[in-house]
Amino acid sequence: MRTPLSWLRDFAPIDADVERLTELLNELGLVVDGVSRVGEGLGGVVVARVEEIQAIEGADRIRAVVVDVGGTPTHVVCGAWNFAVGDLVPLATVGTVLPGADFAIARRKMRGVESNGMLCSGAELGLSADHGGILVLPEGLETGAALTEAIGLAPDVVFDLDITPNRPDAMSVAGVARDLAGAMRIPFAVPDRPAPALRADGPGAPPAGAGRETAGDRDPVTGARVATEDASLCPLFTARIVEGLTVGTSPAWLTTRLTLAGMRPINSVVDASNYVMLELGQPTHPYDLDLLAGPALVARAAREGEVLRTLDGVERVLGLGEHPDCVITDGDDRVVGIGGVMGGQSSEISEGTTRVLVEAAYFAPMAVARTSKRLGLRSEASARFERGTDPDIAALCADRVAALAAGSGGGANLGAGLSTGHAPPHSRIYLRTARLNALLGTDLGDAVVHGHLERIGFGVSVSSPGEAEVEVPGWRPDVSAEVDLVEEVARHHGYARVARTVPTTTQVGLLSSYQRGRRHLRQVMAGAGLVEAWTPTLLGPDDHGLVGRGEEAKGLSLTNPMSREESELRRTMMPGLLRAVRFNVGHRNENIRLFEVGKVFAPPPAGRGLPEEGEQLAAVLAGPGDDATAAVRLWRTLADGLRLQDPGVRSATPPGLHPTRSGELVAGTAVVGVIGEVDPAVAAAFDLEGRLGWLQVDLEALAAADRLPTAVADVSSYPSSDVDLAFVVDESVPAAEVESTLRRAAGELLIGLRLFDVFRDQALLGAGRRSLAWRLRFCALDHTLTDGELAAVRQTCVDAVQSAHPAVLRG
Amino acid sequence: MTGSEARSGTTDAGDTRPSVNQREEAARIVAGGLEAVSAAGSLEELRSLQTELVGKRSALAGLGRTLGGLEPEARRVLGAELQDARARLEEAIGARLSGLEQSERAAALESDRLDLTEVMGDSSRGHLHLLTQTRDELEDVFIGMGYRVAEGPEVEDDWHNFEALNLPAAHPARGMWDTLYLDQGDTESILLRTHTSPVQIRVMETQAPPIYIIAPGRVFRRDTPDARHLSTFHQIEGLVIDRGITLGDLAGTIESFTSAYFGPGMHSRLRPSYFPFTEPSGEFEVTCPICAGGGCRTCTGTGWIELGGCGMVHPNVLGAVGLDPEEWSGFAFGFGIDRCAQVRHQVPDMRVFLDNDLRLLTQF
Repeated sequence: MRTPLSWLRDFAPIDADVERLTELLNELGLVVDGVSRVGEGLGGVVVARVEEIQAIEGADRIRAVVVDVGGTPTHVVCGAWNFAVGDLVPLATVGTVLPGADFAIARRKMRGVESNGMLCSGAELGLSADHGGILVLPEGLETGAALTEAIGLAPDVVFDLDITPNRPDAMSVAGVARDLAGAMRIPFAVPDRPAPALRADGPGAPPAGAGRETAGDRDPVTGARVATEDASLCPLFTARIVEGLTVGTSPAWLTTRLTLAGMRPINSVVDASNYVMLELGQPTHPYDLDLLAGPALVARAAREGEVLRTLDGVERVLGLGEHPDCVITDGDDRVVGIGGVMGGQSSEISEGTTRVLVEAAYFAPMAVARTSKRLGLRSEASARFERGTDPDIAALCADRVAALAAGSGGGANLGAGLSTGHAPPHSRIYLRTARLNALLGTDLGDAVVHGHLERIGFGVSVSSPGEAEVEVPGWRPDVSAEVDLVEEVARHHGYARVARTVPTTTQVGLLSSYQRGRRHLRQVMAGAGLVEAWTPTLLGPDDHGLVGRGEEAKGLSLTNPMSREESELRRTMMPGLLRAVRFNVGHRNENIRLFEVGKVFAPPPAGRGLPEEGEQLAAVLAGPGDDATAAVRLWRTLADGLRLQDPGVRSATPPGLHPTRSGELVAGTAVVGVIGEVDPAVAAAFDLEGRLGWLQVDLEALAAADRLPTAVADVSSYPSSDVDLAFVVDESVPAAEVESTLRRAAGELLIGLRLFDVFRDQALLGAGRRSLAWRLRFCALDHTLTDGELAAVRQTCVDAVQSAHPAVLRG
Repeated sequence: MTGSEARSGTTDAGDTRPSVNQREEAARIVAGGLEAVSAAGSLEELRSLQTELVGKRSALAGLGRTLGGLEPEARRVLGAELQDARARLEEAIGARLSGLEQSERAAALESDRLDLTEVMGDSSRGHLHLLTQTRDELEDVFIGMGYRVAEGPEVEDDWHNFEALNLPAAHPARGMWDTLYLDQGDTESILLRTHTSPVQIRVMETQAPPIYIIAPGRVFRRDTPDARHLSTFHQIEGLVIDRGITLGDLAGTIESFTSAYFGPGMHSRLRPSYFPFTEPSGEFEVTCPICAGGGCRTCTGTGWIELGGCGMVHPNVLGAVGLDPEEWSGFAFGFGIDRCAQVRHQVPDMRVFLDNDLRLLTQF
């Protein structure tokens, strides 16, 4: 919300420097996003009338323009196309340094055509953010006059405020001024009549109340009437007729304010409507009365399938939602507007309009919000109505728009003020000072609390000390409970003035064992030399297909994804990690070994509801020499780091992994993950070459797996002895099976078991067999093992392996 | 010693003196021995010299054996001279020995010389993601203040993400969060959580107060990423529910956190704002860590950086989980973990995190 300081001063005698005002606004929660100083440095800018526009040969972006500057024709070259011969435009004369520029406008030649100055946009003049075209000035200004004088622009300050959605009142200049005046403890008042400080040719005294005393739902003179058929959608409907007006450009003071507030002037009627909306917060809608079939406006619920072409030219179909849409119809029950959202094209104000019916209604906020959302149609009006306008000022605003439109059009007659329905009653809230202090941690007295509220328009009736009934003004629909009043008091007392304390708890702060385990797991991975990545949770359907996980993902895809590539919840981290590897390969980064800990998803059990989600660790090894064996070593490091009991690898063919070089991970009897190499076809699909080790562990399964006993295992002080055993074993038997036979047979004396040699030699060992050699280390806790003991345990081991497996001891 | 012997030699009686030959022999042995010792070029040579000069079969030892045939006085004199000769030789051998040992050690060390700057290979340390490190550090600050860490699902239902947080359907403030929905027939019932606030609800639904928790995690918005925002990012949420909790407690807690995380001398300030689930609501800013409050480009000259939102838990939220707002009160706050990391490490554009570029990840 762009708020000029001069406009704020219409409502309160604000006298403070810009820094202090910025601070005050911020402390009120009307956060200042930016402050611009306008109207300074425009001394060299004059009003010019466009006399002639010529194409320049060989140039299709710029044109030669001749402007009249108080009798002197001036030639300029201009790149904007939004003006026509006869328009008044601002000309920065040669030598002018525009606001924010660090150079003076110079005489120069473009495409051989001389340019003696520059036609300016609102942005170039520092008046608005609009740089879409030249600022076309209102009619009636004297050419050659200094722009600032002609449009009544005194040096001013515009605050760009970020208004939170709970504050419809602060979406108007009056609302901002009211809050500011309360904080500054200065008087605030809405002037009875438009009383802009800048008026030179402002509107004459409008007959503001004229006809209002006879107000009903029907104008006795014109026969125009208003009605609301659905009070739940439109509780209050007011309107005012203006006849005999001429639609033209608005007076300069008005267009200047609109421009400073960030709106483009359109015509005198639309500008009047916009002006009042910015000033007081009430959106109004002007209809061309002659384009309505019958001088009536009726608010009712849309019937299913009713159609309206709105002002933006789009055909809207109404009455299709779960909740009713409020429409405005004319005397023939034809839809001419969507209540609180946008009017229709058929009754739009045009240059030929002479009779206007100004609508100013109070629409139910939720109804406007639903309709606006369903239609995907947001407007300045809907933004205000859905947050809640002040129903008490609807009629006043209809009058004010009518007066402003009539005043600028000249010679108009105002009809009676029409009104039907009722403004909702003001809510009354019980406020306890003790409760307020208990929530804020303050010690404020009744008088202080009530003073803060009264200064911003709340009515306070004290029932007994410490208790009051507070009447909420119509412009604060957001205040509906005691705690809302507490916030109002806190805002005006100042958050910064609340003494700071820290609550204490007897709870001991710590991580859960799962959370500790997860941190530990990450540290083990980093300790093993891997780098942690964070890849996207959202993938494309193709990604899952590429890694062999293209199964149906019912309940995991999005209705409104940003793109197809981000339209499904990931079921595996493989695509994300492979893409990360690819990026690093592409940038010639080395030693690419990545891991990620994150959520993966499975379809909800019944195909709907919350998907199943679990945390996984995934690691991809793409460094020099990395392959499935590197992944197995990483698994051993992880199992050791986490002190897993009986970790192992079992044969399996998980999706996406190399069919003959992968398996699943077990801890005890539980399967906790998969391991191996990425399927070469999958790697190729991600534009990767060579072997890629892959490790993937389910964190919940891992957390549940048994750990080694916490009690320390005794270490013997007696010497140990090694026994090497080599077996020729069929390829069909995994080494791990022989190893576990050895472990069982070796019994308690075994303190170490390590596979140290594997070799294949068809001539020596025969086809389909390989030699596996283990070193077994034995030790007793209470004595040095004798040769006899060692020989016995060796024989037990050999016998066990040879009887359990197709394996033979090598001599 | 030689001098004193010479003096005594001139005063002692002739018959008590050793023969001139014996004394000359001893002197010759010493002189020759000293010369040989100083010429010894290796430890091995020196050891054989040692045997030759002072060993049992040495010439000196041979002279010693002649002592028995001398008069007691002559024996005493020659014995002393021989002892002296032996001592001089042994001293010389010892000195030479340590000299040779030193030079041999020096030679061995020299041949073992390694230029430590010619070692190949880089750090093989792995790295936790900067965001993990940030999250862990933030968690640790609050754990130190007595908080536990709560977590919830990344995919939520409308109740937890909106409705229970005082955001009924079609509430205009829902527009503050651009939401991604799951396609499940029912329109907009299951969604990707837009903030970590639903964890508040889940905790309050299952745990009786007092509650002191933080809830870090991944959240999603239907937004186009830019330099300061990603559409998938990470938040940390705090919730305290207890008796007599005040806005002052909230402000004090945020201040404590600020100086604990950003460092001493760093402060916080609150200003009013709006969130449907808190009332009063606020935004909090912290001293700009780049300029320490002096004003710089990062903080647009204000000395403050906007970090997050906060407020007193709305009575409707307490009501939604069955807590009596007259008995319990509380505060909540939330901010971006990614934003914290960005501010602290001056990351110019958040989108660098999307690439998982090792050149970035290995910096921390």
